[in-house]
Amino acid sequence: MTQAVLEARGLVKTFGHVVGLAGVDLTLYPGEVLAIIGDNGAGKSTLIKCLSGALRPDAGEMVLDGTPVSFSSTQEARDAGIETVYQTLAVAPALDIASNLFLAREVRRRGILGTVFRMLDTSGMRKQAKQHIDDLGISTLQNINQAVETLSGGQRQAVAVARAAAFGGKVVILDEPTAALGVRESGQVLKLVRDLRARGLGVILISHNMPNVFEVADRIQIQRLGRSAGVITPTSHTPAEAVAIMTGATTIDQVRDAHQTTPTG
Amino acid sequence: MSTDILDAPGTAEELLQPRNTPGRRVHDLLHRLPALSPLIVLVVAAIVFGIANPRFAAPENLSIVLQQAAVVGSLAVGQTLIILTAGIDLSIGAVVVLATLVMAKLAHDSGVPGFLAFLIGFLIAVLAALLNGWLVTRLKLPPFIVTLGTLSIFTALTLIYAQGQTLTLDPGGFLTFTGTTIAVGRFHLTVGVLLMLVLYLGFAYALRQTAWGRHLYATGDDPEAARLAGIRTGRVLLSAYVVAGAVVGISAWILLGRIQGADPNAGINLNLESITAVVIGGTSLFGGRGAVVGSLIGALIVQVFDNGLALVGVDPNYQVLAVGVLVIAAVAADQWIRSVKS
Ligand SMILES: Nc1ncnc2c1ncn2[C@@H]1O[C@H](COP(=O)(O)OP(=O)(O)OP(=O)(O)O)[C@@H](O)[C@H]1O
Ligand SMILES: [Mg+2]
Repeated sequence: MTQAVLEARGLVKTFGHVVGLAGVDLTLYPGEVLAIIGDNGAGKSTLIKCLSGALRPDAGEMVLDGTPVSFSSTQEARDAGIETVYQTLAVAPALDIASNLFLAREVRRRGILGTVFRMLDTSGMRKQAKQHIDDLGISTLQNINQAVETLSGGQRQAVAVARAAAFGGKVVILDEPTAALGVRESGQVLKLVRDLRARGLGVILISHNMPNVFEVADRIQIQRLGRSAGVITPTSHTPAEAVAIMTGATTIDQVRDAHQTTPTG
Repeated sequence: MSTDILDAPGTAEELLQPRNTPGRRVHDLLHRLPALSPLIVLVVAAIVFGIANPRFAAPENLSIVLQQAAVVGSLAVGQTLIILTAGIDLSIGAVVVLATLVMAKLAHDSGVPGFLAFLIGFLIAVLAALLNGWLVTRLKLPPFIVTLGTLSIFTALTLIYAQGQTLTLDPGGFLTFTGTTIAVGRFHLTVGVLLMLVLYLGFAYALRQTAWGRHLYATGDDPEAARLAGIRTGRVLLSAYVVAGAVVGISAWILLGRIQGADPNAGINLNLESITAVVIGGTSLFGGRGAVVGSLIGALIVQVFDNGLALVGVDPNYQVLAVGVLVIAAVAADQWIRSVKS
């Protein structure tokens, strides 16, 4: 099998007495979509925040492309090639779309204007931002100079997704990227996820939308109460079984046993 | 009836576009140009006073207005940086006075060369800001409380250090150089006024054209989002305090030139006046919104009212009242501008 692009072992994260993660493993291969599902509060966001440098795990190890890593900031993770769309989107409301796309990775002008006067290449960044958005086929964003706070929820989500997709080097993490989107826009994001996979990136997709998950994921990791309840694939299990494991109505072993005694599929 | 149906927005695309009502357009305009409404107030006030008393519009008088606005105006640059981070600096006036006293006393009592005395006072202003910034960013204390505390500390230090002394500096030295007048036609600008204008130009550039400026806005707007986006928000915040401290150091020099000396009681109103200028200038107290040029306009508005009402022969107390009304109007306008889904 190919080498995993991102591997996490025994991640633990507590918030005071609240246990966010109680020792979680995760393996992501290049060119695959790994979906993470689980009830509210199951620790999905906490897990990906540990992977993206937004939270520092209390314990556990991470390996990126064969090298052990530990990120103390999201910037470090981004520099290492991990881009993330957070559930809260993490956009700067008062800044425009182009500025948001290049937030914390601004491009300066060439020559003395850039080196001494630190002047930003605003028009260059706008052009590139427009290019990225066109390439990604995001049709809901018309005016690149519009302040993000004047956008609808779905459009803001599109900005956050565009930022991650445009700059993702190895891994793109999407925490409920379609939550505020209509059917058509959700379809666009799913297409984008497939495009990223086709480019050979590893994609982690958190979603509560079972049809979407079963449509696009290669493997599905089920989180339950801060632990991983197991990893399934869209062919090995039905959405109903996934939900049953997710809610604790059954376990992955019980489902496997049931499959073996009554091989119907 | 059938045309109604045809005109109704149909696709999701159209529904996503903001509707183009006149109110919406004004809203968008003010959103993009936060200094526009104070500019209109300034221009209208100047025209009204100019008509009421032609002496108001005389270059000599306008020069006085500018000179009177120089200290508050330059301090307001520093205050703007802090307020953009959703903070506030109540100690800014106390620090500027402390810095002037250190500069003046070193030169006057100890015979330290003017430039060296300036450097030491400047450094003290930066250190004071560093203390504020450290308490805010490292100990995560609210800026209002931190600077309320340091306001008392720096005021006390000033009074202890001054020993009730008011210092008059000899004209012609380095420390009072900012009071030197430069005639431009019938206008009499001082070096201090020009220095203030340079500060505005410099920071308008830094806030709009550099990554530091964008990060400052993003951090003030939504610190957690900025952090997740990869901005080192702690560093950005601390840098805002330190840079504001440097601005206060320069303001101290302007103040020395303006009063040709140092007075421990000179800065009693400077704290609030600098905040007033920033707020009237359209910068949001909630952080992340506003333009530094607005603070210059805000400082000028206060001086124009002061000067204009006096020329028209109105009780000066009405000036205080008018400034109060402007502050509330500015905050109400900011509230409306921030409400996006109107
Ligand atoms: N910053 C925090 N401080 C305290 N508790 C937290 C914090 N972040 C998460 N938690 C707790 O950790 C647990 C896991 O939260 P997490 O946000 O990871 O869940 P989730 O699976 O993403 O849920 P959802 O589907 O609602 O997004 C919850 O009990 C939550 O209350
Ligand atoms: Mg979550």
